[in-house]
Amino acid sequence: MHRFLAVLHARNLEFLRDRAALSWNVLLPVFLVLGFAFLFSGEEKTLYKVGLYGADGRSSQSLSARGTAFFDTKYIEFISVADLSRAIVKVQHHQLDMLIDLSSGPRYWVNSSSANGYVLERVLWGTSAGDEGRALTKETVSGREIRYVDWVIPGILAMNMMFSCLFGIGYVIVRYRKNGVLKRLKATPLTAVEFLSAQVLSRLLLIIAITVVVFIGTDLLVDFVMLGSYATLLLVFVLGALCLICLALTLAARTASEEFAGGALNLLAWPMMIFSGVWFSLEGLHPLARAFAQTLPLTHIVDAARAVMNDGATLVDIFPNLLVLALMSVIFLAIGARTFRWE
Amino acid sequence: MPAPIIKVVNLFKHFAGVKAVDGVSFSIREGSCFGLLGPNGAGKTTTIEIMEGIMSPTSGEVLYKGIPIGSQFKQEAGIQFQSTSLQEFLTVAETLQLFQRLYARSVDFDELVEICALGEFLQRDNRKLSGGQRQRLLLAIALINDPQVVFLDEPTTGLDPQSRRNFWTLIENIKAKNKTVLLTTHYMEEAAQLCDEIAIMDHGHIIAQGSPSALLAEHFDDILVQLPEADFALDGAHPTWEIRRANGMVTIHTDNVHDTIRYLHEHNVNLARMEVRSRTLEDLFLELTGQHLRG
Repeated sequence: MHRFLAVLHARNLEFLRDRAALSWNVLLPVFLVLGFAFLFSGEEKTLYKVGLYGADGRSSQSLSARGTAFFDTKYIEFISVADLSRAIVKVQHHQLDMLIDLSSGPRYWVNSSSANGYVLERVLWGTSAGDEGRALTKETVSGREIRYVDWVIPGILAMNMMFSCLFGIGYVIVRYRKNGVLKRLKATPLTAVEFLSAQVLSRLLLIIAITVVVFIGTDLLVDFVMLGSYATLLLVFVLGALCLICLALTLAARTASEEFAGGALNLLAWPMMIFSGVWFSLEGLHPLARAFAQTLPLTHIVDAARAVMNDGATLVDIFPNLLVLALMSVIFLAIGARTFRWE
Repeated sequence: MPAPIIKVVNLFKHFAGVKAVDGVSFSIREGSCFGLLGPNGAGKTTTIEIMEGIMSPTSGEVLYKGIPIGSQFKQEAGIQFQSTSLQEFLTVAETLQLFQRLYARSVDFDELVEICALGEFLQRDNRKLSGGQRQRLLLAIALINDPQVVFLDEPTTGLDPQSRRNFWTLIENIKAKNKTVLLTTHYMEEAAQLCDEIAIMDHGHIIAQGSPSALLAEHFDDILVQLPEADFALDGAHPTWEIRRANGMVTIHTDNVHDTIRYLHEHNVNLARMEVRSRTLEDLFLELTGQHLRG
């Protein structure tokens, strides 16, 4: 335990005193969030989104034939939705301005706090013949708008964590091996398990601390949505960071080439950047790409964190993601520990 | 004779197409300083790293106190590698504390700082040390667990002459505490000064082994008288000395210095720039390997 704590303490000092790396870990995600908040702050003010459930063509035509010119209105995008309950959540989050169920009723949903919803409702009434529009059953939901920045923040936090874990563990251990630090430690009674567990715990503690700082900092700056439990979110990030650290260990277990490690780490990081749903939803992707995304740890971290933050998901809701992360961690750790060599 | 503290038995280490260590055996007495000498590529570092447990041999074994090296050895050995890096962003004191906590036993911290003269830069970042300061820190790390056997792989390479002599004093102090020292070096003067016994390696083999004085007595029975070639103007024949000429100097190999100098004096040779010296380990090395140690 003494040896483990000694290496843990030394690694923590090394990380905290490396001001350049530390600043990068904290400032990069904050700048990204601010950038997205600024870029997307004025978007979609003139375009309304209306979800249509049960829009098989016949029902909307019949509504239109009865004088509802609503569907011919410009600047309204009509989106066919298959899952009514998920679509209602989108109305709650202001991701849909209105939802119309043509299969029964018909009825429509608007968010009581959405200006767009209010305007659309007036347009629906105004474009309907007689009292046709008002005849639709109105359902009201409430919920704070989920801006793009709210949606993207879980991804940015997870992505920052990914880079810190992969490069902070993978690159550092390879550098230690290359310049002889590992060889020097091998000559002491320190065991590989003690060394590796100290590295894992050090990075885990520091990345969680950094993520908390970034979380609070960006919340103060852009006041993002956080609907779920903080404890559940913490669990997602702890398990996610552990999984990514173990992934980095498998890569750093043997190689002594920083160039190879850099390339291989990028090879791991970039597919996750693109396919894990950090920047855009995976819903529109090819089924093969979506299946591939499910093999990436970052996908499960982003999905779970986003569900907790944007939808208020509970531990039970995100259990499948947590289970996958835990299994991946065990597999990666076993490979890393088994193949590790000091030199 | 006491049992050796370390025994190397028929050690082989083969890399792809290279026999780095090719059947090496020797023993080291407790409390002695054993020097492993050889040109670059002779197999010294490979041998010492197998002895330290850093590298596995192709065959053969290393016994510490009669048993194969293991956890007891790691607790009781102190090691200074030829080149090593330390964790960055740590001070000298923090680095020592890190290594101190890796061992079950440790020396008194303040005493170690004093022995290795680290006091002036104890709070300095590892990365900002001079060559001599760095070597003293690495030696302190090797001594932090109060080891019974200390491995020093070319510890003074790259140091200026003053720093090297200071380092020799530190090693003398370690020897005075009855610790066993295994030293590899390029410097013959260093081996002659510090080692009780030496083994000369070449091409993976030990080609000579013994105390420096015994080895010199075994291989040489002459004294060297050296003169600038311009001063060596003898008319006619001279006694049947072995004479070698190189780099503007004449070297006379003689077994009777007195008669040689008298002969030169009687024949009006200018002796103002004459030097007389005994054989050194450098000569022995040249004799055995055909090359100078520092290649």
